[in-house]
Amino acid sequence: MQQRRTIDQIHTNRVLLNGQLDTPKWWAPTVIVLGIIVAIGFFLIGIMVNKGLGVTGLSRPVYWGLFITTFVFWVGISHAGIMISAILRLSQAEWRRPVTRAAELLTVFSLLTALLFPLMHAGRPWRIIYFILPYDFARGIMPNVRSPLIWDPVAISTYLTGSTLFLYIALLPDLGNLRDRTTGWQNALYTILALGWRGNPRQWKLQTVGGILLSALMLPIFVSVHSIVSWDFAVTPAVEGWHSTIFAPYFVIGAVHSGVSAVVTMMALMRWLWKWEDFIRPEHFDALARLLIVVATGWLAFTFLELLFAVYGLDAPELELRDMQIFQWPWNLLFVTFLFTGYIIPVGMWLQKSVRNNIALMFWSSLFVNIGMWLERFMIIVPGLARKTPFVYTWEAYRPSGLEWFILFWSLAWVTFLMLLFSRFFPLVPLFEQKESQTFGDSIKIGRVRVPAIVREAD
Amino acid sequence: MTLQREKRQYSWGMVVDVDKCTGCQACVLACQAENNVPLNLQDRFERARAMSWIRVERYWEGEFPDIKARFIPIMCQHCENAPCEPVCPVFATYHNNEGLNVQVYNRCVGTRYCANGCPYIVRFFNYWEPVWPEAFRNHLNPDVTVRSRGIMEKCSFCIQRIRRGVRNAERENRNVVDGEIQTACTQACPTDALVFGNFNDEDSKVSKMRKDDRHYTLLPHLATDPNVVYLAKIDPDRSAGASHG
Repeated sequence: MQQRRTIDQIHTNRVLLNGQLDTPKWWAPTVIVLGIIVAIGFFLIGIMVNKGLGVTGLSRPVYWGLFITTFVFWVGISHAGIMISAILRLSQAEWRRPVTRAAELLTVFSLLTALLFPLMHAGRPWRIIYFILPYDFARGIMPNVRSPLIWDPVAISTYLTGSTLFLYIALLPDLGNLRDRTTGWQNALYTILALGWRGNPRQWKLQTVGGILLSALMLPIFVSVHSIVSWDFAVTPAVEGWHSTIFAPYFVIGAVHSGVSAVVTMMALMRWLWKWEDFIRPEHFDALARLLIVVATGWLAFTFLELLFAVYGLDAPELELRDMQIFQWPWNLLFVTFLFTGYIIPVGMWLQKSVRNNIALMFWSSLFVNIGMWLERFMIIVPGLARKTPFVYTWEAYRPSGLEWFILFWSLAWVTFLMLLFSRFFPLVPLFEQKESQTFGDSIKIGRVRVPAIVREAD
Repeated sequence: MTLQREKRQYSWGMVVDVDKCTGCQACVLACQAENNVPLNLQDRFERARAMSWIRVERYWEGEFPDIKARFIPIMCQHCENAPCEPVCPVFATYHNNEGLNVQVYNRCVGTRYCANGCPYIVRFFNYWEPVWPEAFRNHLNPDVTVRSRGIMEKCSFCIQRIRRGVRNAERENRNVVDGEIQTACTQACPTDALVFGNFNDEDSKVSKMRKDDRHYTLLPHLATDPNVVYLAKIDPDRSAGASHG
């Protein structure tokens, strides 16, 4: 499946460092436009903190809405990094190489964004430090460790720390490379960041061992982060549709589905924007699409299991809730959109080889997945609250306010903004990974036979 | 849970005789005045953010002309096994040693997780800073904190009255006498449908009423073990023993 192409190292350096050494023309205007949106978003968040959460469309009993949905969405996207760089690294999937950094970067920025949502959604964000750091031991008031909300920041900050370290370790050789190709303040910056990288065998060994160790250490996080996020909902017996034992694996596999799809979207953009056709090739899309077919089908199985478990008990309030979620306006529209964008359209497309090798179609199908996955979270969180318990007297509808929609939009702009800013200073495709994979593929002729030029020690 | 309950000196609770409730809303108004609950103007209702620590739910039973209005007052059930308590990350809501589910306003950060956990939907979030018309300023109860925006609040069983009653009794070196402490809603109820008292005192009115055959608790399948006990409506048209709720 993998076509081997010989790309020499000089070409690799020149093309992959084009974002830093030779900034594309579209970069500055795009960053300015995104920066304006980001600034407006922060201003609106400021208004919300200043005036109170009355500016949202939340009510009683729909106490959680768009913000928590978007929080879960971004935590889901963040699973891209660990899937691509840890699991595929440990399983030695060669095609992962050009996308590892982008995936890890997406993880870091989406986690940073995800963390903002519970903060801004709290009634008194300035007091939230109370449950992120243990406080006031003198009075014996610790945070409540029974609450999943305590474990959310723990899980996310662990993941964020791990991912940042991982990103940095993988960045070291490229920082050394950039240091050698820049002058002035940039040179000074890269000199500090490269931590004295000279590329000697000891440094390479440490860098490789560090990467593998971090991948292994981060594997448990792969399971824990979204499980903990799912427990925010699953431990609540009062809400029909939340109180389900399959939420942890269901959320994890959904997160992988949306995260890997986001990586596909990003790869297509990288290929178009920086003209990296030589490095991000159709075969990479093909491999990711094959992986996604499996993940998506597993996720669909969980979706149906969730519905099955819900209706199996023939519990009247639960049946009422599912009836609304699936058959009543406007939820039926959302449900159909969710099913088609989350599974039927993309997986139907990916089953064809021609689609898997078509970058534009892969871009759109992966975007569809994330629309569907956002809707999935929305459909889990809101209907359960709107139709909470048999007290029909308190049933309510939820209509998000314009401000909430803008902040959802803002979060997309914010992540893109951070990515573009990063791309100005650091290469998005790891140069050393690219060269390493090239070397692994190379063969030399000894006598009449061709043998691999290099033997991997780990094998 | 039961063990814990027996060890206490006081285990405050309420009995609601649904049969006596006429749906007059006097309890709602009394609670509003006693506990400095913000005024519910039209827009609060339209946005479904109205606050009333006790509410009278009205349900219609049957078809016109054979139709009946059913009322049921619902306030915080002060569950012994409260689903709102374990989910609060900062212990802003916890169970005290008198059987009350208490809300500590100063600790609350406003995650609204407790409100999601509460199956009775009796927890209220302050979406805005509370405002009263100028004329109402001097009507506020000085014994009760005015809650700022961004925090949760709910029925406290008029804890300020309980504290005062217990303090007076302690000063006179005696136990609280049954009926000495009244919450605002029980005091205002014209038909005595709401009765407040100490479940640990075998002779108290609530303890006796709780033994009535008609007793039930709300949403028993969730095993919350509420300290509010309801007595079912007596429906002459129906056979005895059938209950609703």
